[in-house]
Amino acid sequence: MRGLNNNEQISFILNNRTLNDSQTNKPTTQLMVQPETKNHPSGDNRFKLLDRAITKHHGSGDALIEILHVAQGIFGFLENDLMIYVANALKLPLSRVYGVATFYHFFRLKPQGEHTFVLCTGTACYVKGATEIQKAVEHHCACKFGETSADNKVSLISARCVGSCGLAPVAVLDNAVSGKVTPDEAVKRIIQWQEEKKEVAA
Amino acid sequence: MSVITFIIDDEHYSAKEGDTILQVTRDNKIHIPTLCYLDGLSTFGACRLCVVEIEGSPKLFPACTTKPTEGMIVRTKTDRLKRYRRMIVELLASEGNHQCAVCVVNGHCELQNLAYEVGLDHVRFPYLFPHKSLDATHKEFVMDRNRCVLCTRCVRVCHEVEGAHVWDIAGRGINCEIIADLNQPWGTSESCTSCGKCVRVCPTGALFEKGASIGEMQKERGFIKFIVNARNKSEWVHTAHEEE
Amino acid sequence: MTLEDLRELAEKEQTRQAQFEHRILYCSSAGCVSSGCDAVKTEMKKALEELGLTKKCELVGTGCLGLCGEGPLVFVHSDPTLYQHVDAAAARRIVEEHIGQGKKVQENILDMNDPFFSSQKKIVLENMGNINAESIEEYIAAGGYEALAKALTEMVPEEVVGEIRKAGLRGRGGAGYPTGLKWDIVRKGVADQKYVVCNADEGDPGAFMDRSVLEGDPHRVLEGMAIAGYAVGASQGFVYARAEYPLAIDRLKTAIKQAERLGLLGNRIFESQFNFRIDIRIGAGAFVCGEETALLRSVMGRRGRPKVRPPYPSEKGLWGKPTVINNVETYANVAPILRNGSAWFSAIGTQKSPGTKVFAIAGNVKRPGLIEVPMGIALRKIVFDIGGGTPEGTQFKAAQAGGPSGGCIPTEHLDIPVDYESLQTVGAMMGSGGMIIIDNTSNMVEVAKYFSEFCMDESCGKCIPCRVGTKHIYMMLEKIIKGDATEEDFELLKELCMMVKETSLCGLGQSAPNGVLSTVRFFKDEYLVKLKKSGAPGTIVNQPAAELSPAAAKEA
Repeated sequence: MRGLNNNEQISFILNNRTLNDSQTNKPTTQLMVQPETKNHPSGDNRFKLLDRAITKHHGSGDALIEILHVAQGIFGFLENDLMIYVANALKLPLSRVYGVATFYHFFRLKPQGEHTFVLCTGTACYVKGATEIQKAVEHHCACKFGETSADNKVSLISARCVGSCGLAPVAVLDNAVSGKVTPDEAVKRIIQWQEEKKEVAA
Repeated sequence: MSVITFIIDDEHYSAKEGDTILQVTRDNKIHIPTLCYLDGLSTFGACRLCVVEIEGSPKLFPACTTKPTEGMIVRTKTDRLKRYRRMIVELLASEGNHQCAVCVVNGHCELQNLAYEVGLDHVRFPYLFPHKSLDATHKEFVMDRNRCVLCTRCVRVCHEVEGAHVWDIAGRGINCEIIADLNQPWGTSESCTSCGKCVRVCPTGALFEKGASIGEMQKERGFIKFIVNARNKSEWVHTAHEEE
Repeated sequence: MTLEDLRELAEKEQTRQAQFEHRILYCSSAGCVSSGCDAVKTEMKKALEELGLTKKCELVGTGCLGLCGEGPLVFVHSDPTLYQHVDAAAARRIVEEHIGQGKKVQENILDMNDPFFSSQKKIVLENMGNINAESIEEYIAAGGYEALAKALTEMVPEEVVGEIRKAGLRGRGGAGYPTGLKWDIVRKGVADQKYVVCNADEGDPGAFMDRSVLEGDPHRVLEGMAIAGYAVGASQGFVYARAEYPLAIDRLKTAIKQAERLGLLGNRIFESQFNFRIDIRIGAGAFVCGEETALLRSVMGRRGRPKVRPPYPSEKGLWGKPTVINNVETYANVAPILRNGSAWFSAIGTQKSPGTKVFAIAGNVKRPGLIEVPMGIALRKIVFDIGGGTPEGTQFKAAQAGGPSGGCIPTEHLDIPVDYESLQTVGAMMGSGGMIIIDNTSNMVEVAKYFSEFCMDESCGKCIPCRVGTKHIYMMLEKIIKGDATEEDFELLKELCMMVKETSLCGLGQSAPNGVLSTVRFFKDEYLVKLKKSGAPGTIVNQPAAELSPAAAKEA
């Protein structure tokens, strides 16, 4: 990670992970003109999507949170190299980017499991027994909320109120909100996920 | 420029418009404890040690950011304030791993001085004994997060005066930590210029020079005011030796 | 777009709607989405097509119908009937029997004369259940953007601010600062650029008012922001919304595009000199960003750490420029005030707190949901008449208002009027409008621990009292619950709470101990039975401890 002053070197870093380096010297802005035909210098065309978002925000450092949202949406989590790329594009100090990424609960610096189980721990859900669900699920997955199970199948995430308090207790299973969840149901759903995988493997 | 007259602890004082209560008290040798505040750096307003009472308001106000108004009655040494200040230092003592007896700044530490000042003879809260790391990868300096009080002087001096922005805060709440670049070993930081300003402004032994033994590390913090004044006002004679 | 164009559009839409004999509105808010309203919609659509009723009956998704616990909800508008627990089978029956044959489906009918509906007064939620949440035409047909047109064509900014001031509208985000006063400060500020910010970072757990308004009637918020922009001289607005509300963000994005297409946002709105744009900023999961200075820092892509006030955002806000920052519900009140006049608004509610307040009721209550009531209504009415009281076999214990920063209101204070000042006298606060009902199955020390854990997790870590203090409050409550704490610990806890309350930097820290302080005030016995008498482990004491005051704390 030496010398992070221009796009070329950033691309070089990214090339350590990806393969294509035929166009390493093409500046990013040129690529934006014809995104359909040119590959991204890193060889990873997902960066084209990220570049588009950065251009939309005029490369402004004020848009750091928007860009991190986009980056996480594309890559799943915020790897160090990705943060370096963003810092360079938005002309921000590295520690600022890292500080912002770790301040907000939404940003993840580690990869997620294949499924996500988000348990709402808002007041209404608390009063309606979210703690019981938490205990049951943690026991079943043998990991705590905020972690991913050892088989990498399920990430347990706790959320501060998803705003569906009328249906408490609420869990969000792979982006689908389900209300009035019981501990048994929650565990059953996770078992379903785990068995699904076994079938595929078999 | 208009002059404001107001009262601090039953005495009349005058202030230039724009001055903070803290500036007036310092000019007049009234002591108010501070920790995150440092002459020459931006005000952070976070340690809450300099809070004062203002008559007519139930709230407390930090002296470092509050500007006096005409006729304002300020109290800096009430029992309530003394009690709260003691408790703030008590909280700090319980938060980190502060072992004065083996610390490089023993005897020259702002936190230690504060503890003496507020009469902190024992800590009523359980010690948190957090797992914090020590980073000795830099060739000249050491960062011991066990002794850090998160005053962010190092973050501010690096950004505002040196312009390198090596340091920032990561995490949130009780898990906040000072980090270099992408939370990497200080010695591998590309942005650090090894200027040592952060080490000199650090109030505790969290940042110190390699080779210093117990009690040997002394810091001179007035130089920040000198640099800023030199840069902004072309005042090249070093007069700022006030240690607070 | 001119005023005439707007009216023409409204008429056209009204004619379009009039050609249908029936209008079925299904709730398409997040609550009913998770109860399965999509299946209901599909089934109804299929049934309408099969029976050839598509010309006779229109099917639209609308905003929150209120009773989220009874969802999915369906409302037949032409012949006002509200159906609850509608599944696919019931959906088909509603179409076949009610629309086709004019026979209501008795099994699913919800009585509209229930106090849940009759005790309410709707201003902010007036369009919920009336219009399609995703159609700007329907909003315009319901009188939307008339207020903006009126402001731009008939009023000078000073008059707009004056009208809001006369109406007595107060900030609905919690603190209740007079909105007109805030706007006036920004209006008078001299700057080349000013900003209007909408706080939609509804972080209070148990609150979903802002989400419902954004999902069900997003144009109302945009119109309110545009009026604010005109009143203070700003040309750029930001909505700061939580990432946890993807549906609200989608609807908001759609709404902004629609308004831009019709020229209701953009340059020279209603052919005046007024330009106004709105961008969305998405939060990333930090409760503290509901605090205004932290929110503004987050809009600028920084860590959401609060700043010392003054200077207030109305003097130095976004990028150091004067900035109006109000919450969703406040902006939602603006257009009705201009449309109906300040006198109409100030006649509702109480003298000091005019208007209505939207509450989200949840927790151990029979009918959780979204309600809007006139200010000053007795708390008892909200809990028992509207909410239906606690479930069978349990007793009401406390109403928790104001989110984690609020307090618990016990039975003996059930008759207090719900307004900004009254709630403060019992140690609670209006907050943004979350109200959690707690029954006798919950232990209040546990509840206090829950709130203190929340505040500890959400502390930004900037100031020492909040960062370390909330941690110790939490640990001490744990110790009390375990039965390891002594009376001295209890006294120390109270002193610590007062210190955190009085010395913290921002609103989050200052109110973090409220959960503990209010439960100590009203439910002290529940603490005392858990305490050990000093020196005699295991002995349970029940002595009254000293009252909580700085003087008493000092003696301790």
